[in-house]
Amino acid sequence: MADIKIITEKCVGCKLCVKACPFNAIEMQEKKAVILDTCTLCGVCVSSCKFEAIDFTKDEVQAMDISAYQGVWVFGEQANGVPADVALELLGEGRKLANELHETLSAVLIGDQVEDAAKTLIAHGADKVYLVDDPSLKNFNDESYADIFVQLIQEYKPEIVLMGATTYGRSLAPRVSSRINTGLTADCTKLEIDPEKKILRQTRPAFGGNLMATIICPNHRPQMSTVRPKVMKPLPPDDSRIGEIVRPDVTIPADLKTRVLKVVSELCEMVSLTEADIIVSGGRGIGDPKNFAMIEELARTLGGAVGASRATVDAGWIEYSHQVGQTGKTVGPKVYFACGISGAVQHLAGMSSSDTIIAINKNPDAPIFKVANFGIVGDVLQVVPALISEFKARLG
Amino acid sequence: MNIIVCVKQVPGTTEVKMNKETNTIIREGVEAIVNPFDVYAVEEGIRIKEKTGGKVTVLSMGIPSVAELLKETIAVGADEAVLLSDRVFAGADTLATAYALSMGVKKIGAYDLILCGKQATDGDTAQVGPSLAEKLGVPHTTYVRRIEEIREGYIRCQRMTDDGYEVIEMPLPAVITVVKEINEPRLPSLKGMMRSKKTEVPVWTAADIGANENLCGLAGSPTQVVETFVPVHNVNSEMIEGEPGEQAKKLAEKLMAMQFKTCN
Repeated sequence: MADIKIITEKCVGCKLCVKACPFNAIEMQEKKAVILDTCTLCGVCVSSCKFEAIDFTKDEVQAMDISAYQGVWVFGEQANGVPADVALELLGEGRKLANELHETLSAVLIGDQVEDAAKTLIAHGADKVYLVDDPSLKNFNDESYADIFVQLIQEYKPEIVLMGATTYGRSLAPRVSSRINTGLTADCTKLEIDPEKKILRQTRPAFGGNLMATIICPNHRPQMSTVRPKVMKPLPPDDSRIGEIVRPDVTIPADLKTRVLKVVSELCEMVSLTEADIIVSGGRGIGDPKNFAMIEELARTLGGAVGASRATVDAGWIEYSHQVGQTGKTVGPKVYFACGISGAVQHLAGMSSSDTIIAINKNPDAPIFKVANFGIVGDVLQVVPALISEFKARLG
Repeated sequence: MNIIVCVKQVPGTTEVKMNKETNTIIREGVEAIVNPFDVYAVEEGIRIKEKTGGKVTVLSMGIPSVAELLKETIAVGADEAVLLSDRVFAGADTLATAYALSMGVKKIGAYDLILCGKQATDGDTAQVGPSLAEKLGVPHTTYVRRIEEIREGYIRCQRMTDDGYEVIEMPLPAVITVVKEINEPRLPSLKGMMRSKKTEVPVWTAADIGANENLCGLAGSPTQVVETFVPVHNVNSEMIEGEPGEQAKKLAEKLMAMQFKTCN
């Protein structure tokens, strides 16, 4: 069984491992580090020790024969025959990985009458498209899609499988990886091939984005990752690219238990600022509870709602119902104004998925600027009134 | 109906701070909480029980102190809670976690529905629910925002999608993962709190649930963390310079020129 222990003779009591432990599971006893029961065997402490005083034994995992697995695959998620943007983005990324491995890039396309989509996938970088076309596959269905995907993996043995971290991808990928007992890393923000070992290094945020973790899947195949939309870049389409469309011999699952009765699309359209959902939030930086009037006025001018940081709510400046953040509301408006909000991690957790973030703060080093699309360094009490008159003039 | 709700202990992130010198997370004094999304799963389980009768059992895997936390679910109305805890489970990735939970479910016995939160706030993977369903060989639906109908052997529910929703039906037993839109969780009742104080949460080891140790914890995890580091945010920030009046004018011009995608 895997175990981790401090080699007491080598430990000099420097406490570096205590600081490195993300789980607070190492403490000092008689000037030596001691690992507590709360340890999760994450191994972060091992590299923190300058004295090689941490002995981490991992079990030898029964290795499968991984040599037969070759090639990079992308799930060609589509709706009504149109590939999802994330599928094209993953082909762009998959192309790089496949080139480094000197292997082919393939897309898996499942649906009903979706052959045209296969051409789009090839134009965006696929060498090959595995096309499974059947009327029963018109809508995404966890059961049938997982079943077919597993059959394809077992038959063609890809080395790497990438899926978009969409509603469907995040449901399909764990179902597939669980059936074939391989590893899956969610929401990767960076993928690269280890130049020596030729394995996939998958980097993803952990602990609410406070820490990035690089994860490998050394002994199981395929190596599977999901990636959120807009993280990777698609290649410019090249209609002259030649690719092969393979219609594999798979068994289309019949007698499905899961039935999709209705698919309701709540239409998407483009709107201008005047129609966009807007939130204007105030933080400690507005200086005084009465200055929320100014925040409210900007919100009203733009037809938006008023938000607040936890600090202002705790101080009693505004009701809890306005609080945005980890312990308040999670919001994702089209436009988010952070006025006098420094941008503590907890606040960011509640609003960082907003489409456009505008930060106004007098401290140029405030963390809010790191997530802001537009930043204004200045006094909120001057900038916000200026914005109010500017927008009033423009919006009538 | 026999309902099992899987919950995870996560750090209550309100106190998460970074130590700027060592670039690590300061964890001193961070309280542990039930994963917020799992709270909705517990609530939904209790609501189903209130309509159909039966029992709600809460299942978790974690360090021994999680047993105490699970009592919070008793206080709001769960009937029983069970904790899987063993050194053998340590270092589990989502596959090894799903395996251990599946063995725990099998020991609990016959069930109609398993509920999970859509994801945990520490790992954010959303993988354990579907992976657990696979290990149990039952169907699953993720991101459930409403249960339209549930009765013996049948569930019909709405799954949130990227641009709307779907109506899905499945036979029971099945697994669903729920989003926060599904309900408004209740607060513990006085009676519930009294009951939770008296409740003992059994702790099951790998041997108790008949789990193969090679499939648990670090040994059963295909993925390995090889490196951790503090991120650098890479949003393309554009700083707007000038006097307040100019800044306001430039920003307004940029925003007025932009188009925003909206979903009704």
